[in-house]
Amino acid sequence: MKIGADDAGNTPRWKFSTAQPFDEQRRSFLGALLALGSLCVGALLAVPLIRFALFPLLRLTTELKASPIGSLSEFSSLNEPVERTIQIEQVDGWRKAVSEKAVYITKNGQGQLRVLSSICPHLGCTVPWVSAKQEFICPCHGAVYAPDGSRISGPCLRGMDTLETVEQNGQLLVRFQYFRQLVADKEVIG
Amino acid sequence: MQPADGKQEEAAQEVTTGFRGWLNHRTGLDSVLRSALDEPIPGGARLAYVFGSGLLFIFLSQIITGVFLALYYVPSADHAHTTVAYITKSVTAGSFLRGLHSYGASAMIVVLLLHLSQTYLYGAYKGRRELLWFSGCVLFALVLGMAFTGYLLPWDQKAYFATAVGTNAASEIPLFGESVRSMMRGGTDMGTLTISRFFVAHVFLIPACIFALVASHLFLFRKVGAAGPFTEDPLEPKQEAELFYPRQILMDLSLTALLIVGLGCLAFFVPVQLGPPANPADAQFIPRPEWYYLPIFQWLKYWHGAASVIGVLVIPTILALGVIALPFLDRSVERRPWKRPIATGAYAFVMLALVGLGVRSKYLDQHDPEVAQQLAKQDAEEAEYMRKPFEPELSSASLAAANVALADPLAAKGKAIFESQSCNACHGDGGVGTAAGPALIGVGAKFSTAQITELLRHPTAKMKAGGMPTPELSPDEMKALVAYVASLK
Ligand code: FES
Repeated sequence: MKIGADDAGNTPRWKFSTAQPFDEQRRSFLGALLALGSLCVGALLAVPLIRFALFPLLRLTTELKASPIGSLSEFSSLNEPVERTIQIEQVDGWRKAVSEKAVYITKNGQGQLRVLSSICPHLGCTVPWVSAKQEFICPCHGAVYAPDGSRISGPCLRGMDTLETVEQNGQLLVRFQYFRQLVADKEVIG
Repeated sequence: MQPADGKQEEAAQEVTTGFRGWLNHRTGLDSVLRSALDEPIPGGARLAYVFGSGLLFIFLSQIITGVFLALYYVPSADHAHTTVAYITKSVTAGSFLRGLHSYGASAMIVVLLLHLSQTYLYGAYKGRRELLWFSGCVLFALVLGMAFTGYLLPWDQKAYFATAVGTNAASEIPLFGESVRSMMRGGTDMGTLTISRFFVAHVFLIPACIFALVASHLFLFRKVGAAGPFTEDPLEPKQEAELFYPRQILMDLSLTALLIVGLGCLAFFVPVQLGPPANPADAQFIPRPEWYYLPIFQWLKYWHGAASVIGVLVIPTILALGVIALPFLDRSVERRPWKRPIATGAYAFVMLALVGLGVRSKYLDQHDPEVAQQLAKQDAEEAEYMRKPFEPELSSASLAAANVALADPLAAKGKAIFESQSCNACHGDGGVGTAAGPALIGVGAKFSTAQITELLRHPTAKMKAGGMPTPELSPDEMKALVAYVASLK
């Protein structure tokens, strides 16, 4: 055996019959048909790919769920704001963040329930309820708020922020949100 | 369509007008297409030759589905399983695409075996086709490498344990076996570095090699020409040739259509499963590889101790070298299988041995009651896991906040103070830190509680400059706050 003994030319010469089974015209017609067919199949196969890629845009993947605070009856006879800690769950694609936030359940002038965020609209400190003075007093820069959350004095530009609530089967649920600080109007962020 | 006038003959050869003419002038597209399609096949088109194109199609499909899966996949031990669960359970068409990719891997092996068998039995490696055969052998190994590395990526129980066994097998190689295993695992044990390595191999290294080898495989094929039927002379074809286009391409496309329908139906009607996340501490789990690795798995069972060198290294190496060197060992131009009894016999022997080993492995599993029971349990756990809705992973920031709930009551009281004093406004919930104040996590490791108390009572100038107030607390409250801050990890 000798390697290279057969290398008289690596590419062979083929024999062709003069009569090809398909003439040029039929060949190009078939070609167009095949191109069209492949295009259609390709488009069909692209559908799941596109749906897969667009999933985060078509479905809500970052969402904030309403968190339960307690039953409505608990809060029917409020005479001063009460603090509750809620768990908020923020879903971000395949992960979620759970954090705890303090909120106040209080009543407005008309005696309706409202839920206040405990974050000071000035620079974001947690505002405690000072029962002795019947006021919310921020420890950071001394902002003072009335029991219904409206601004009394201090460097803040608006009263404490109310949160959206939902009543469901006698339960009070709240959607926690963050608001821009240092502005006069409540403005959701994030 | 071309106008049917006298110039048609010429026009069909090369279009020179209009958009196509311009494109053709700039790119030479027509001649490229023509040389791609006008490949001569001695003896004419046959169904036996469809497997090569089938492999190309599956490879393309694997690339596309793989790229899309990577939109959501994260290669780390913490997130790999969650992201695959997300793809499988939440994302639209996710289970379908993952199914296409996973079944595509099996289809690749099946069609590859068919392609190899056809080439071998038809003696199509003969006559100046040594390099063509050799590049095919390397491609075979690369495809097995893709299957091996891809299998780990979902990081579920079976992926983890099958790969633990697979990488362990490498350590049976004498002298450098241990190093090979550590190299693959990125350490002595399997962990997040193993995923990184397998991911890089699966997504960058091996595909790059496959691209290069497919290109050379095709180039060498076109250079030496199709071998034709086994009655054909491998060096100087004598039978009348037919062009690849149109009849052979139609046959190739019918296999492609079959693959599309087959894989599509499988992925849709038999959704690919995902088991519970890998739990390395699970001592009960019985690992079983995918079907195409079963024969090797069974084979390795027969070799223990000193003799394992023979089973793990010597015999496979001889077999691999024999296969690679085949075109050099078998120089005759005879291609009819029945005139090559040794070659045909060796093929039948190896195939029967592989099937026998695979069947034996299944048989043993079914006839050992303990193993059968455990395997059934594992299947049940997998089905159970698949039924559960997708559960998002808890991000680390919220874990830090959640952890404290577990700490001692003093620290729990401290947490309440931390929040009521608005420490969290600047230092973040759970002391994770914000733009306004530094993180407090790990402070307990750096300072003693006495030092922390001192810092809180008398903040340094730097702390004051950063806006740190002096909290007004009773000694008890201070103690609780310090206990909480020191507990932050
Ligand atoms: S943050 Fe509340 S007053 Fe400044």
